[in-house]
Amino acid sequence: MAASQEEVLTGLADIVNEIAGVPQDEVELDKSFIDDLDVDSLSMVEVVVAAEEKFEVKIPDDDVKGLKTVRDAVDYIVKAAA
Amino acid sequence: MEWGTELMGDLLAGKRILVTGVITDASIGFQVAKRAQEEGAEVVLTGFGRLSLVNRIANRLPKPAPVIELDATNPEHLAALADNVRAHVPALDGVVHSIAFGPKDALGGNFLNTEWSDVATAVEVSAYSLKSLTMACLPLIEANKGRGGSVVGLDFDAQVAWPGYDWMGVAKAALESTSRYLAKYLGEKNIRVNLISSGPVKTMAANSIPGFEKFEGVWNEKAPLGWDLRDSDPAARGVCALLSDWFPKTTGEVIHVDGGLHAIGA
Repeated sequence: MAASQEEVLTGLADIVNEIAGVPQDEVELDKSFIDDLDVDSLSMVEVVVAAEEKFEVKIPDDDVKGLKTVRDAVDYIVKAAA
Repeated sequence: MEWGTELMGDLLAGKRILVTGVITDASIGFQVAKRAQEEGAEVVLTGFGRLSLVNRIANRLPKPAPVIELDATNPEHLAALADNVRAHVPALDGVVHSIAFGPKDALGGNFLNTEWSDVATAVEVSAYSLKSLTMACLPLIEANKGRGGSVVGLDFDAQVAWPGYDWMGVAKAALESTSRYLAKYLGEKNIRVNLISSGPVKTMAANSIPGFEKFEGVWNEKAPLGWDLRDSDPAARGVCALLSDWFPKTTGEVIHVDGGLHAIGA
């Protein structure tokens, strides 16, 4: 499923909102999940699982560590879904 | 050798099995649930803390499995467990204990300074919970028309000291002993209690063990059969074997599924 950066950002913001209670408009590309959005490690795992389902991609555990900012995650998903 | 997921059988046909400890699809519990379903079992899961995540993961099983909330140290959860399981299956033939926790100060080289309260938590969650879970499930096992049952726990070899594993190692020694005593007291009910001592597997739990990465490479090198930290399937298959009818007179046992490393001196 190919998706644009904007589509993935919107979808990801919905997921982060649902799981960690962060308002969608605060989920911006340059924000760090842990430092800025206060998403704990277990919430991050659930965000990844939900994102895998929503965007039909596979994000291996070893790659999750590299997803520090929203941009990292969006870029990863766009590339993986291409 | 590749073990394909297409390998399906009837090792556990007709068995009803409760599996704890599923948090992600890397969890050993997840692979146990998957294998058990593939071998014909009906699986009920319990989840701790983040039920929404466990539910998402449960949907990744070959067949959807119900998830019951269980904090194995919560007396109310334990008291309600049998009724909650009965909502899905009338009895249990097997119970899988895949529960462990050590506070941060109990692991990672702080052994000489860890406070008792942290040690107590590690032992309560990781060892005493085997007794609590088993007793909470006892009415369900006894409801299976005298067929007895199999309780299987996940162990990490506690016969030796490991780098950084510290008080979790002590808790695993307690788990091994708890398993033997449960075997002793439940044998008359034809309930077997055994542990699978698995080699290290890169799970959520393992991510929290400081120095876990030191096992990378070393285990594979030393184990006669080799070892892949990313493969939870060998442990899961061992658990399924113990859940089956093919170890009818084995109880109080610790079976190593570690590539054979425990047998090697240096």
